[in-house]
Amino acid sequence: MRRQDNIVNDVDWITILLYGILVILGWLNIYAAVYDEQSVKSIFDLSQNSGKQLLFIGGSILIIITVLVIDFKFYDTFAYVIYGVVIGLLVFVLLFGHEVAGSKSWFQIGGFRLQPSEIAKFASALALSKYLSTVNVRLDRFFHQAVALGILLLPVGLIILQGDTGTSMVFAAMVLAMYREGFPGIYLVLGLVIAVLFVLTLLVPQTYLIIGLVVLAALIILFNKKSVRNITLVIGSLVIVLAFVRSVDFVITDVFKPHQQNRIKALINPNSDPLGYGWNVTQSKIAIGSGGFLGKGFLEGTQTKFDFVPEQSTDFIFCTIGEEHGWIGSLLLIGLFVTLMLRITMIAERQKSKFARVYAYCIASIFFFHFLVNIGMTIGLFPVVGIPLPFFSYGGSSLWSFTIMLFILIKLDAHRKQVLVRL
Amino acid sequence: MNDNRSLIIQIAIVVVGLIYLVHLFSIQVLDDTYKVAAENNAVQRLTEYPSRGLISDRNGELIVVNDPMYDLMVVPKEVEAIDTLRLISLLGISQEDFTQKMEAAIKFSWVKPSVFYKQLSVTDYARIQDALVDFKGFYVIARTVRSYPEAIAANALGYIGEINKSRLERDTTGYYKQGDYIGISGLESYYEEFLRGKRGVKYRLVNVRGIEKGAFKDGEYDTLPIPGEDITTTIDLKLQQYGEKLMEGKVGSIVAIEPQTGEILSIISAPDYDPNLLTGRDYSANFNVLQNDSLVPLFNRPIMATYPPGSMFKSIQALIALQEKVLYANEQVFCEGNLIGDHAPPGYYDVRKAIMLSSNNYFVKVFRRVINQNVDPNTFIDSRIGLEKWRDYISRFGLGAPLDIDIPNGKGGFVPTLAYYDRYYGENRWKFSTIMSLSIGQGELLVTPIQMANFAAIIANKGYYYTPHLVKDIGKGEIPISSKYTTKNYTGIDSVHYEVVIEAMADVVKSGTGQYRAKLKDIEVCGKTSTVQNPHGEDHSGFIAFAPRENPQIAIAVYVENAGQGARAAAAIASLMIEKYLKGQTDRPWIEDYVLKGYFGD
Repeated sequence: MRRQDNIVNDVDWITILLYGILVILGWLNIYAAVYDEQSVKSIFDLSQNSGKQLLFIGGSILIIITVLVIDFKFYDTFAYVIYGVVIGLLVFVLLFGHEVAGSKSWFQIGGFRLQPSEIAKFASALALSKYLSTVNVRLDRFFHQAVALGILLLPVGLIILQGDTGTSMVFAAMVLAMYREGFPGIYLVLGLVIAVLFVLTLLVPQTYLIIGLVVLAALIILFNKKSVRNITLVIGSLVIVLAFVRSVDFVITDVFKPHQQNRIKALINPNSDPLGYGWNVTQSKIAIGSGGFLGKGFLEGTQTKFDFVPEQSTDFIFCTIGEEHGWIGSLLLIGLFVTLMLRITMIAERQKSKFARVYAYCIASIFFFHFLVNIGMTIGLFPVVGIPLPFFSYGGSSLWSFTIMLFILIKLDAHRKQVLVRL
Repeated sequence: MNDNRSLIIQIAIVVVGLIYLVHLFSIQVLDDTYKVAAENNAVQRLTEYPSRGLISDRNGELIVVNDPMYDLMVVPKEVEAIDTLRLISLLGISQEDFTQKMEAAIKFSWVKPSVFYKQLSVTDYARIQDALVDFKGFYVIARTVRSYPEAIAANALGYIGEINKSRLERDTTGYYKQGDYIGISGLESYYEEFLRGKRGVKYRLVNVRGIEKGAFKDGEYDTLPIPGEDITTTIDLKLQQYGEKLMEGKVGSIVAIEPQTGEILSIISAPDYDPNLLTGRDYSANFNVLQNDSLVPLFNRPIMATYPPGSMFKSIQALIALQEKVLYANEQVFCEGNLIGDHAPPGYYDVRKAIMLSSNNYFVKVFRRVINQNVDPNTFIDSRIGLEKWRDYISRFGLGAPLDIDIPNGKGGFVPTLAYYDRYYGENRWKFSTIMSLSIGQGELLVTPIQMANFAAIIANKGYYYTPHLVKDIGKGEIPISSKYTTKNYTGIDSVHYEVVIEAMADVVKSGTGQYRAKLKDIEVCGKTSTVQNPHGEDHSGFIAFAPRENPQIAIAVYVENAGQGARAAAAIASLMIEKYLKGQTDRPWIEDYVLKGYFGD
């Protein structure tokens, strides 16, 4: 039954091609983001971000080889061990880590920095996949739901403690994978409702919001079967919702840190103070908006390379594409990402092992979340959350993390035919 | 169910992608505001100020130049953790000033530079230059201010200042912008469009810190500043300086004109001020001081102060009467001396003797002949006809209306009209005896010193004048001066009649009222004194003259307020000016001392 097929024939070349294109485009963009006409430096110059990124890309190739060489059963078998080690690292970094920009999430080893929270993404994906693929674990059972969420919430808690809320939110995205595996959709709906209510609370004066909600509740009661149970349910929900609304204000002012408050406020009205906390969003939109249909041309952007857009090599890298390559460039980039994500879901659906399928969906969810939030914030549809755009944002940890994530999936997929027995 | 869910997830991915693309299409393709905002961000319009034209005297000596000074700029975004106390002590401003200036800068722009502190002098800049590196976000740009190496002719040259709001609104050319400097008075104002040059503009790409990152579109839209045209004035620096020295401590004017060209050699307004006071950052403070000075140094007396002409006007009366043929040069007119008060004794007078001795009664008689020519039997109507005819002559001498000189705001003095007397006395209620005092240059008559200098030039030219002007040359001869300054204006009085008056005016200096202080050894000076009656105090001393008699080089009018007889202060000053101009120096120290001492009483 077992075939010793050549790995080269079995890997999903479409995904690898997409990966390659994204990484190369990302590298060129990092060069463009800080390109300075007055002191032109080579794209290979190691003092430049682009030169360093090329080193990281080189490192990625080593990682890819390693990931592909390791036996595919390793990831399944050692999922919990990897998870355990990473949780250990998260605790360790909390105690001995290096603080960068308010986040204590880095290890500094010589001139080299590593962010364990990046590794935690695929580690958690592995652990969640392992748990959900365990015989008898069913997501319609409360206990199993709780354990699955627990696997995600443990790293989330530790990363929040590091002060890196942005990265911690990525883990929530894996709920999408759970949803695919039977996690009740109502939870997602509830989550969305909470998010919508949260934004409404910030947007609409509280009095109007409360009146609106009461009217809505009355209408629901009016147009539904007027049983005691229904009415109690609606009124009960209303009370909870009102309590939530009231408490949001408290949370905003007393729980959130000022920079977080500002990010939320900037989302709602970036023009209220375009030079203050709305600066990032305003400048980012100006950069992208000024690109027009065809863009200003490679290395011709002014807003990004002249530093009007902050963090133009990392979190706001999309601005360079929007400005220099216009809507066509945005179309290409979004097209590539959507294709990659759809390809991953297709790969997921062709897996015979549940472990690999769940893992694939976790990866898709993580990519989706980064894509959604990162691009969303640059065009002013999401609050500014400091998470990178996969393969485009400058940085080794991020690139390597996504590379490992994606190539574990490719490795698992390459061996999908060998796990027939396990079904 | 699971297939369904997988589809939902895939749809969600595609939908988000589509939403983003639609939103991107709207901000990138449909909405232009971001493109404008991007240009505002990164494209900086740098105005390059041209240097204002320099002004020199008639011999090419520079009298108005440009001095470098520095504007301290600030980019609020760049300012961080500075030692405010140190900065305010360096600049010598108060804490409130600092806060106010900073707020104004922030209000203007967070990322673009704005002027924080204007016009630091070179020495101030040198003092703070080294310290400035400690203040991130602050830097200086070089500009220029006017400077006057010789500090002369302040009122004639005028001054420049920041354009004010109403002037900005009146500017139909759209050239000026808030904060621009503009000529406010004098030559600076009159020749503004030549002096100012043309601003250049540079479009530069700048980064968020305002640091230049190269030309915008390779400088396609850039223009170079065109420097202002240099102007050569007609002023003779040495003569002007000498005149200002003579007028120190006095109130009055000197105007000296080159008769054959109308070029103003000197124009002195006393008291004067140092034009350097109205430059640089003390402009406002100094301006207030000057404006509140009770001696009004900002009042440009040669063209704005009006006085009755007094006896110098008698020459005009003689000329008109001769031209009208109601008087003959050698005609002996007996004057009883009972028509009007007089210093000249009764007896027979001709034109020459009457001017020399400044007989009042003679000129009353002469003026009556001009006014009452018996054209109409009704003496009231006859006087009207006569006055109208007389006014016509007078206006051709450049009186009664401002001379069109190249300094703004000149006054025209006053020559009464028929309507004026009708209003004052009633129609046909006035006749010669009512207006008799006009005959000796008193009554309602008012003239400015420059009009009288021009009158002296007319006599020197025997019948014509060029409108007096202060500019000889614009832009090294490339721009012609206005044709109004190269056109002869004739008085309509034959030159033979001038010969008579010139003879008389020569006598005034040789042996008449001017003999003591106006006579020069080798130069024949023709002059006429005026003791201008002043109801408010001591009489004004006035004198007009030209010299030499043959081929006159200089015509001059001097007024010294409250200095008594024309034969004293004014005659002495006029003769010193003539001597200085024609000989290059004066060798009558006793007259010079007399003038400088400034006491002209008995």
